Amino acid sequence: MVDSAHLSLHVPEPAVRPGGQPDFSNVKIAKAGSVPRPEVDVASEDIRDLAYSIIRVLNRDGEAVGPWAGSLNDEELLTGLRNMMKLRAFDARMLMAQRQGKTSFYMQHLGEEAVSCAFRKALAKGDMNFPTYRQAGLLIADDYPMVEMMNQIYSNESDPLHGRQLPIMYSSKEHGFFTISGNLATQYVQAVGWAMASAIKNDSRIAAAWIGDGSTAESDFHSALVFASTYKAPVILNIVNNQWAISTFQGIARGGSGTFAARGLGFGIPALRVDGNDYLAVHAVARWAAERARRNLGPTLIEHVTYRVGAHSTSDDPSAYRPKTESEAWPLGDPVLRLKKHLIVKGVWSEERHVQAEAEIMDEVIEAQRQAEAHGTLHAGGRPSVRDIFEGVYAEMPAHIRRQRQKAGY
Amino acid sequence: MARMTMIEAVRSAMDVSMARDDNVVVFGEDVGYFGGVFRCTQGLQAKFGRTRCFDTPISESGIVGTAIGMAAYGLKPCVEIQFADYMYPAYDQLTQEAARIRYRSNGDFTCPIVVRMPTGGGIFGGQTHSQSPEALFTHVCGLKVIVPSNPYDAKGLLIAAIEDPDPVMFLEPKRLYNGPFDGHHERPVTPWSKHDLGEVPDGHYTIPIGKAEVRREGSAVTVIAYGTMVHVALAAAEDTGIDAEVIDLRSLLPLDLDTIVRSVAKTGRCVVVHEATLTSGFGAEVVSLVQEHCFYHLEAPVVRVAGWDTPYPHAQEWDYFPGPGRVGRALAEVMEA
Ligand SMILES: Cc1ncc(C[n+]2csc(CCOP(=O)(O)OP(=O)(O)O)c2C)c(N)n1
Repeated sequence: MVDSAHLSLHVPEPAVRPGGQPDFSNVKIAKAGSVPRPEVDVASEDIRDLAYSIIRVLNRDGEAVGPWAGSLNDEELLTGLRNMMKLRAFDARMLMAQRQGKTSFYMQHLGEEAVSCAFRKALAKGDMNFPTYRQAGLLIADDYPMVEMMNQIYSNESDPLHGRQLPIMYSSKEHGFFTISGNLATQYVQAVGWAMASAIKNDSRIAAAWIGDGSTAESDFHSALVFASTYKAPVILNIVNNQWAISTFQGIARGGSGTFAARGLGFGIPALRVDGNDYLAVHAVARWAAERARRNLGPTLIEHVTYRVGAHSTSDDPSAYRPKTESEAWPLGDPVLRLKKHLIVKGVWSEERHVQAEAEIMDEVIEAQRQAEAHGTLHAGGRPSVRDIFEGVYAEMPAHIRRQRQKAGY
Repeated sequence: MARMTMIEAVRSAMDVSMARDDNVVVFGEDVGYFGGVFRCTQGLQAKFGRTRCFDTPISESGIVGTAIGMAAYGLKPCVEIQFADYMYPAYDQLTQEAARIRYRSNGDFTCPIVVRMPTGGGIFGGQTHSQSPEALFTHVCGLKVIVPSNPYDAKGLLIAAIEDPDPVMFLEPKRLYNGPFDGHHERPVTPWSKHDLGEVPDGHYTIPIGKAEVRREGSAVTVIAYGTMVHVALAAAEDTGIDAEVIDLRSLLPLDLDTIVRSVAKTGRCVVVHEATLTSGFGAEVVSLVQEHCFYHLEAPVVRVAGWDTPYPHAQEWDYFPGPGRVGRALAEVMEA
């Protein structure tokens, strides 16, 4: 018999709390260009290392290096920069609009712009994303009209969703953006189902699933991995590890060992970690995974390693749970500044053009906002009809809902 | 036309639907190669291939979640939850997702799925193989809820459900799979092959969702039931000799209020019967509607007969199950009032 002490429960804690010195010494960062790029038909067991490393293309000097470089030309990179800047400007304006009481709530992408903007460019028309709430870049990068997004945020008379959804919970079949659920992780497995359907119909379209690091603890995440691996579904399983789930650090969902990507290994799913603040790396990895899916080689899991610089939402105050300066200490930098630097190093961009572009983009966003506000905001101006409450629950309105609508006076 | 059990009728509905529409796919635990633990999907994989009818991992949220994704793609998944008792892991997918997708996307995406599940007691399934969770579904706006009571209806309603543009919960009373059980568990079961409603057309036909059926005309009291309890109600009317009108709801959501109101206005008395637990059961909804719409016709308080407010016991299942004795006593009670 072992003479043991009393047991005690281990509760993980982040390295620092408010008031402390930010510390990312535990984040092991591979040198840009150092991680190999396997063939897309590689066996998952041959690339287990990729679940523990970080694929990076842009180095400190702004150069694109290594085997994952070269998936985009100058023009595409300039578009990428523009899309990220647009998303950032959009966020800034909508955050302010929320503060001005024009809507109830907003969620920004600050620091995570590369993830969704670059990923979208690796997909083709007709592919379907099952996003969560921090991937508006998928819409921006696909040229979905900003006015429509704002109409939705304001729940005004032109809201394409007729005032039924929270702000930022967009839906666009045409732009491959499945209607967002507020219930975390539910859509992960739906993406797998969509991909299975595409395979059943011998189609060529693929799906992408999205989840945050915190939400990987939900059982639907595991259901999705089971189904994706069992049926070799043509789906890209994205995990956006932005270090925080509201106030809860990523170690709570993950425990103290391994990585989120490594969760795919037990399912035999090729799993890669990518520098989520590196537009080029995200695009290259997404393209690799998309090619695998399209060649019927099955699912890929991608952990995007990034940092949520802004608050979780307009209802959150991050200074209550993490050091104020933590985002500045984040070792992977700012995705916009990194791509900007790369383009300047390449000689296709300059500080002046950047400042000018910033101003142009802000004008564009303000103009969209002016147009949207002409249709009303949450508490002022045009709003969706009360009749819209009752429509669209079913394809055809059943008698009991019709009775209720009449009772409401519509 | 052939004589079929409810199992065969359910299978025939899927067979006909899969043959008519390539987009219909059938999956769930053990449904592929083996044909399901109740054999409802037997032969479908052999006939339609492994990508149209297949086995899944034991993950109900995975089954319903992938079905939702497939429906968003454009397929028409008809999935099986092995027992209604095991749909709870998928409840989130049903209530937050399937039921709401049309509404929250303003019709941009829809969710035409069917979720079939064997329901109810009477087969010594104990507390984990006997549940009747219909009230958990009828509370969810956006779902449709069907409980057939015979093979003819089961086939017509299931085809209608598969063709329906919205998510449908299809609860199959497993005690009725092989015969019209009337609650007299000590008597041998009459097989469907000796019953009129076992006559089922081979081909395609539908029964409209949202329409009840009067199973027995009467003028003294209205008995409202569905699933297994329709047969129990009929047996109680025979046993007591009370001139009861028996309504088989068939579809709980949407509900055929007109048929209920017409009948209760005529009889002035009403008994509501279901197998599920009494408290907050679907009967509570029916009684509310009856008092709201028929108050001035009522000559007695409406009475409910239901399962007790306990889990479904194993050994005492016949004391839990609302049999013809309990229904008969309720009939006598409202007739005396
Ligand atoms: C099922 C469910 N539980 C809880 C919540 C409340 N909630 C909203 S966001 C969030 C944190 C999610 O964190 P993460 O997945 O890491 O994504 P991030 O916000 O960091 O992008 C929580 C707990 C929810 N929306 N759904």
